[in-house]
Amino acid sequence: MKLVSRSLLYVVAWLVAAAILVPVIYAVLGGFRTTGQIAGSPVGWPDPWVFTNYTEILGSSTFWRQVFNSLLIAVVSTLLVVPLAAMAAFVFARFAFRGRELFYTVFTLGLLFPIAVAILPLFIMVRNLGLLDNPLGVALPQAAFGLPMTIIILRPFFASFPNELQDAAAIDGCGPFRFFWQILLPLSRPVLATVSVLAVVGSWNAFLLPLVVLTDADTWTLPLGVTNYSTQYTADLARILAFATLSMAPALILYAFAERHIVAGLTSGAVKG
Amino acid sequence: MPAGRALSRPTRRSRDRRRWVTIALFLLPALVLYGLLVIAPVVQAIYYSGFDWNGLGSLDDFVGLENFRRAFSDDVFVGALKHNGFFIGLSLLLQLPFALAMALLLQARLRGRALLRILYFAPFVLSEVVTAVIWTLMLQPDGLVDQSLDRAGLDPLIHQWLAEPGIVLWSLFVVISWKYFGFHMILYLAGLQQIPRELEEAAMIDGATRLQVLRYVTLPLLGPTIRISAFLSVIGALQLFDLIWVMTGGGPVNSSNTMATYLIDWSFKRFQFGYASAVAVIMLVISLLFALFWQRFVLRRDIDGALTTMGR
Repeated sequence: MKLVSRSLLYVVAWLVAAAILVPVIYAVLGGFRTTGQIAGSPVGWPDPWVFTNYTEILGSSTFWRQVFNSLLIAVVSTLLVVPLAAMAAFVFARFAFRGRELFYTVFTLGLLFPIAVAILPLFIMVRNLGLLDNPLGVALPQAAFGLPMTIIILRPFFASFPNELQDAAAIDGCGPFRFFWQILLPLSRPVLATVSVLAVVGSWNAFLLPLVVLTDADTWTLPLGVTNYSTQYTADLARILAFATLSMAPALILYAFAERHIVAGLTSGAVKG
Repeated sequence: MPAGRALSRPTRRSRDRRRWVTIALFLLPALVLYGLLVIAPVVQAIYYSGFDWNGLGSLDDFVGLENFRRAFSDDVFVGALKHNGFFIGLSLLLQLPFALAMALLLQARLRGRALLRILYFAPFVLSEVVTAVIWTLMLQPDGLVDQSLDRAGLDPLIHQWLAEPGIVLWSLFVVISWKYFGFHMILYLAGLQQIPRELEEAAMIDGATRLQVLRYVTLPLLGPTIRISAFLSVIGALQLFDLIWVMTGGGPVNSSNTMATYLIDWSFKRFQFGYASAVAVIMLVISLLFALFWQRFVLRRDIDGALTTMGR
């Protein structure tokens, strides 16, 4: 009986795993087929393997420009949100002052504001600043909307350092600035890596803000490229799948290397290990 | 400490001022960015919602609450609201229990569970856009899903997955669950790890069955995690946009609109910025009311816990 129920667990577990994998494999292998092959026999190995979908995309400057744009925006917004959030979280974690919880609550409320709520005024603001079709027009608002989550993850981590550490540093003549820069940040590398990875993934996958801000095709990020590609080549499934595969590859590779950071960040608490 | 230093020790007041300057210097950059690009736009949206405005001319046609009245008397908007409700309901009733079941299953010391966990969570890091594009192709007529059903002899089950009003929400829900159940699962796993095994073992020794242990020991102790995961799930369902925009654009005939797709439709396609702002405000108010309700009656006092106290 025990054996039966245990095998049943395995069956369920791997069925679910298969359901997760099917779309990914469908996309990756589909990119190696012709559209005719996909229509005829979407299951099984491509026969014969077709490489032109991938090679043509990898040889096109459009694709690489979109990779560059996505990367640029991800880097800029991460370099903005992580330092600013770290500074704020430092104050929230290690200073007692009137209004602290109020400010902190204001930041946490940001979790409730989907970017959609602010998208019209943001669009108008970005337009007035002349930042339409400019990577900063995406990176700046994205960083701002990333602050709540980043501060919420960093604060308890910063608060977990013993007060003696700061006192000892103070006795040695180390003020809050040096303490933050030379002691706290170096000791917080794991959690900083975590929030950075989350910021990069979030930016890489962002859609609504780039959709509104970036109208010139030269400034598009990958998600915009993918949607455009899929409407432009509606009939050519193989090419769409190849493009989709190539655009999700970086996120999956990052996940393969930083899975621990991503999971740790999202479940926090566990971060302190 | 040398005597000279002690003499020149700053007075209490100047020390206090220095402290405030430090706090301000650290806090201001984040506060400015957040104030300018999150708070200000949200406030502006509230302001715009009182006008009939196309986003370009001057804001001079004040219409009071007319935009709100119009939204609630528009069947399409009310439909969108209901669709958000549909996703909230199904997420709570199906997706989260499923995620919990998978978390418990992975707790059962299966071989390869580390790999399984990584697989289950993987869709979470994919963009909604890529997810939407791939699933759209799989679900299109005579696509992978239809062909598989056909080969399995289940061809009566074949539907126009994204083109039938009665079916499309369910199709979207499956895709959303595919992408997000892994996230909730890892929350539950983190919560489960914090439950001391001795508690469950003690209950077993006292003669409790597995189901009783689950019902009376594990689930209550997992309560905080479940409440947070439910909270995040509802907030997420209220904000659904990317996936639906790419897969159906809210169609067919508005049968899969959400508040967010409706908002974007009226702003960037029909250029009624005032009206769309009213929709944004409605979204905001619903999110806030829900958060207040949840904090008051369910979480008591930790939204702070939204991400951090879980698993502690």
